[in-house]
Amino acid sequence: MESDVLVVDDSAAIRKILQRVLRQTGMAIGTIFEAGDGQEALLILNSQKIGLVLSDINMPKMDGIQLLAAIKGAPAWHGIPVVMVTTEGGEAKVGEAVRLGAAGYVRKPFTADQIKEKLAGFLPAAMPS
Amino acid sequence: MNLKDHLVQSLSQAVEAVFSTMLGACVVPGAITSENGAPDAHDGVLSFIGVAGNWAGTGSVSCSPVVACRICSQMLMTEATAVNEDVLDAVAELTNMIIGSVKNDLELELGPLGLSIPTVVFGKNFRTKSAGHAEWIVRRFDWDSDAFEVRMCLAPSEHKAGLQPHTLEPLNQMGA
Repeated sequence: MESDVLVVDDSAAIRKILQRVLRQTGMAIGTIFEAGDGQEALLILNSQKIGLVLSDINMPKMDGIQLLAAIKGAPAWHGIPVVMVTTEGGEAKVGEAVRLGAAGYVRKPFTADQIKEKLAGFLPAAMPS
Repeated sequence: MNLKDHLVQSLSQAVEAVFSTMLGACVVPGAITSENGAPDAHDGVLSFIGVAGNWAGTGSVSCSPVVACRICSQMLMTEATAVNEDVLDAVAELTNMIIGSVKNDLELELGPLGLSIPTVVFGKNFRTKSAGHAEWIVRRFDWDSDAFEVRMCLAPSEHKAGLQPHTLEPLNQMGA
């Protein structure tokens, strides 16, 4: 059973890199949706069944902390794991993300292995072909 | 270690880490210089990001169009031959990661700092001017036969200048 993933980052470059890394993880990933900010992410969450969210923090319009709060505050989305992938490493922001229910935290710059390690357990492994 | 030394060390570590992790590239730190006035006119790509908090300033990465395309090509693993949206976005994100790493490091001494969303400019013969008066620390990096510069200025915010809980001198009061 494949799981759809939502990647939220205002940088198209990072969205492309994460797409590539996700496809290399060997996990059962279906469609990878992209959003450039929290507002766009909410629109996608409203129309798709998302199994995992990877989100940046510093974004225009609606940042990653606000998005995380919106996801964890909505009964329909509360169970979706949200992993923060961000440059932001300040104690206040990390603490806030953890308090709001972030499932994990990856600091940029990141390696593919760091992403894979952080996502293990949130996505099923791909079936051998 | 004073703030200037800390900043130089932090910048170098951040640039080397970002290039090795995200681009699989090795860069060599070069000369360090200080600038107080407006920099010379630029040609190429300039990406900058603001830092705010009890201390405030700006960090930037400047490079030629060729280097910008090379950054994009290695970061996204797709060939970029001209400066386009993808190239500008890649340089902006590179700046975000470099200055963000420096910010995270300096926060341990200076207290919480915030980052703005990066802005990137591409053009010929343009000048930049900062409203602040802080000294800019400029470090050149060599990447094979190419080069680029990373700059940063940081000074106590005006409303906090008299309330610093530590003894670090602002950059513009220190010797080069």
